[in-house]
Amino acid sequence: MYICTDNKQRIMLKKLRVALAWVFWIGITLLLLDFTGALHGYLGWMAKVQFLPAVLALNVGVIVALAALTLVCGRVYCSVICPLGVFQDGISWLGTHRSKKPYQYKKENKWLRYGVWALFVVALVAGVQALVALLAPYSAYGRMVQNLLQPVYLWGNNLLAALSQRAGSYTFYEKEVWIRSVPTFVVAVATLAVVVALSLKGGRTYCNSICPVGTTLSFLSRFAMFRPLIDHDKCKHCKACELHCKAQCIAIGKDTEHIDHSRCVDCFNCIDQCKFGALKYRFAWGLGAKTTPSAPETPKISETGAKTTPSAPGRRAMMAGTVAVLGAAALKGIEARAQEAAKKVDGGFAEVLPKRAPERETPLTPPGSQSVKDFYRRCTGCQLCVAECPNNVLRPSTDLEHLMQPCMSFEKGFCRPECTRCSELCPAGAIRKIGKEEKTQYHVGTARVNVDLCLEATGRSQCGKCAQSCPTGAIVMVEHEELFRRPAVTEEVCIGCGKCEYLCPVRPISAIVINGKTVHISTQSPSPEGRGFGRG
Amino acid sequence: MKRRDFIKISSAAAVAAACAPRDARSTKIAGQAGNDEEAMLMRENPVNGDKVSALGFGCMRWPMIDDGKGGRIIDQEAVNEMVDYALEHGVNYFDTSPAYLMGQSEKAAGEALRRHPRNSYYIATKLSNFGDASAQASKKMFFDSLEQLHTDYFDYYLLHAIGRGGKEAYEHRYVDNGIILFLLEQKKEGRIRNLGFSFHGAKHEFDYFMELHDSGQQVWDFCQIEMNYVDWKHADGVRNVNADYLYEELDKRGIPIVIMEPLLGGRLARVPEGIARQMKEREPERSAASWALRFCATYPRVLTVLSGMTSMDPLKENIETFGHFQPLSAEEIEFLERMATQMMEYPLVNCTDCKYCMPCPWGIDIPGTFQHYNKAITDGTYAQSTAQKDYAKLKKAYLVSYDRAVASVRQADHCISCGECLSHCPQSIPIPQQLRRIAQYVENLKQDTL
Repeated sequence: MYICTDNKQRIMLKKLRVALAWVFWIGITLLLLDFTGALHGYLGWMAKVQFLPAVLALNVGVIVALAALTLVCGRVYCSVICPLGVFQDGISWLGTHRSKKPYQYKKENKWLRYGVWALFVVALVAGVQALVALLAPYSAYGRMVQNLLQPVYLWGNNLLAALSQRAGSYTFYEKEVWIRSVPTFVVAVATLAVVVALSLKGGRTYCNSICPVGTTLSFLSRFAMFRPLIDHDKCKHCKACELHCKAQCIAIGKDTEHIDHSRCVDCFNCIDQCKFGALKYRFAWGLGAKTTPSAPETPKISETGAKTTPSAPGRRAMMAGTVAVLGAAALKGIEARAQEAAKKVDGGFAEVLPKRAPERETPLTPPGSQSVKDFYRRCTGCQLCVAECPNNVLRPSTDLEHLMQPCMSFEKGFCRPECTRCSELCPAGAIRKIGKEEKTQYHVGTARVNVDLCLEATGRSQCGKCAQSCPTGAIVMVEHEELFRRPAVTEEVCIGCGKCEYLCPVRPISAIVINGKTVHISTQSPSPEGRGFGRG
Repeated sequence: MKRRDFIKISSAAAVAAACAPRDARSTKIAGQAGNDEEAMLMRENPVNGDKVSALGFGCMRWPMIDDGKGGRIIDQEAVNEMVDYALEHGVNYFDTSPAYLMGQSEKAAGEALRRHPRNSYYIATKLSNFGDASAQASKKMFFDSLEQLHTDYFDYYLLHAIGRGGKEAYEHRYVDNGIILFLLEQKKEGRIRNLGFSFHGAKHEFDYFMELHDSGQQVWDFCQIEMNYVDWKHADGVRNVNADYLYEELDKRGIPIVIMEPLLGGRLARVPEGIARQMKEREPERSAASWALRFCATYPRVLTVLSGMTSMDPLKENIETFGHFQPLSAEEIEFLERMATQMMEYPLVNCTDCKYCMPCPWGIDIPGTFQHYNKAITDGTYAQSTAQKDYAKLKKAYLVSYDRAVASVRQADHCISCGECLSHCPQSIPIPQQLRRIAQYVENLKQDTL
């Protein structure tokens, strides 16, 4: 019942896994880095096949396919499709490829594993999305790339842009590098620290003790149709497989051998290592008991396992410390640069103060989200839309309730009418796909005027910028206290694009500010689900 | 193939025939190029015998560099080099103002010129009392200029940019405060050798100053006007009078004329492609700028033609233009008039980058936005319709170069039409309206609704 002949399988399986993992990992990383929108047509699907986003998008096709994949092949998802998994493989390879005995069997940490999983499920059901985003692997990876790698990518781009400018070419253009949310940046640094530390220390510890998606898939993978299995007769108990198992789920005793298939991520390192042809990736249904004697752990192993644990916190803390310091240094660098950019004012120019985000009673979520509640319910905080947003509008929220989940604000641009890029990309269905036509009629917020700040209403200058620039004609200038004029907003017509707030000359807080609408209304396609005007 | 060849040959022949006499002349000019020294065209001021170079150095566009503290300062080293070269090649008229280049121009001119004997050049500067027109502030400005320029006297002193607002504005800035009497006194005492004015405005406003002259109430020793082959007959006519009228009126009275904006802030040095081609067909070796400068110097009442040269390249080129000067023929002037008519068909903004409108209180980079827009039109790289063949490429080029030229918070879409700039623009450009037009163009590009 072997799926391949001996040697061929040994060579092929791992190579295939590694090649596919590269494809997915590079694809998703590029997708998260790309700010031009050029790649999302080709690579967008890679985000959409991620497990948690598919669940939140109620994307039944993807969920069924992933479940079936796991039931047939085991957790190849974790080794190939999940970018965080592949990233950890890379880190642990860097840390251990010179070592001859990088790993050894460890007991399953059931309390941690199922505890986190239960917490995650409760958070998901209760809608505590910040916790979901914190734990979910794809979100964690997206957060790291958007916050830590995209700035580097953009600096590289800006260098090319400077060269291209010198050459008079328009191929590359400059993109501003800025921290969209300090808390999220800090969380990203911490995530990186933890993930790197765990993968250096114990390969797939994160995947098998913390990752809720890994745990979910493990319920299926232990019954997978194909699994790596050890042939008792051929096994010489040399431990080569155990010592190279990143999941630390192979236990080789004196005369026993055991694989914990709930933790196996099908990396095929063990098959690659076995010189005696004892390990095969093979059809396993109905074979279980025969090849895997059921006395799993030897006390000796658990002892050594226990012995190594105490040293772990120290090393982990040191790693985390180093990464945090590096992160903080990077943060400082970015801040300094931002200050420099703001200071770069020509002597012949009046100073233009940078804008500050106003308080918004209801958060602003992008057109395509059905309602604020629905948006935050589905969003996994993967930062893909944040990385993509060409107008610097989307950024992670800073409030605890929606921490790391994006919201809109208009200090550096507004939600431009022709742009629907986030809606085309969102893998979780938090932002549904909308067209340009629909977008111009999609009400996500309403402008509100602060008369005390308004230039015209206070008689400081002639202005009317908001009224003149409103794309829907929702703002008119009306008489104010007999002497002056002030803007007045027709609420039903305002779509909340933020153009008025962005262009308002009053700084640092604009005199006209968009407040979110709890339920978003598309005047174009009224449907029974309360998407009509909501008024008689 | 045969037909194409025929057309090629016959058109080449036609061009050759058209160019033949000029070719002969340009070889003669090339022959003269050997002895550069005596070449600079000089004009004599009939009033006092000053021998002034027909090319004058305008000190409004000197190169600026970062001062390392977030500001911009004049690149003094580059200025010194240019001034040395200019003097060496016969350019002896330097025109500055206390207002130019954020107030730095006079000082830089003074620094560069004091390294040469005072009698080897003429200094022109202005009373630029736009902000505070009080007697005290105006007098201070006068004496500050003397100090900045390290001199005891000005050869040419101008009432800066009068005309708009007519009699009323003139009296406010120079008569009510007693400044005109003060200046006449300075002239008597030898601190001013020639007193004149620079003019921007409408016909009736100019007439008022000529009446002052005719009645002897205020005699002008010289006058500085905006003149070039476009403004000759195509100034907007309502707020700015055509230069042919100005020239004739001054010529009639024998008043020496100093020319400003002969190149319209570079717009006549970099003309739209179609026009450049026609110029090249006539004179392949000569630049568009040379055409524009020769146009001005062709008129005999012109004392000097001011060009604001930013680097050695235009300086050398202009010196060569005046070095081998040949006045334009009547036919050539007619040709330039045709070019001017064609130029009016381009949707250019009439901005000469003089920066009088700056700083905009709301931080808009007005001249930067206009210059960028004009450049795209002149270069033929502005998209006109989404149906165009290279639309996507042109769109990207415009948007990327716009962001490179002007910081996004200083772009046209941020203009609130407060109108603060309007009174400062010597060209009477309806600035907020033009900015709105450009913002709309950019919006159309972004939304692909062009």
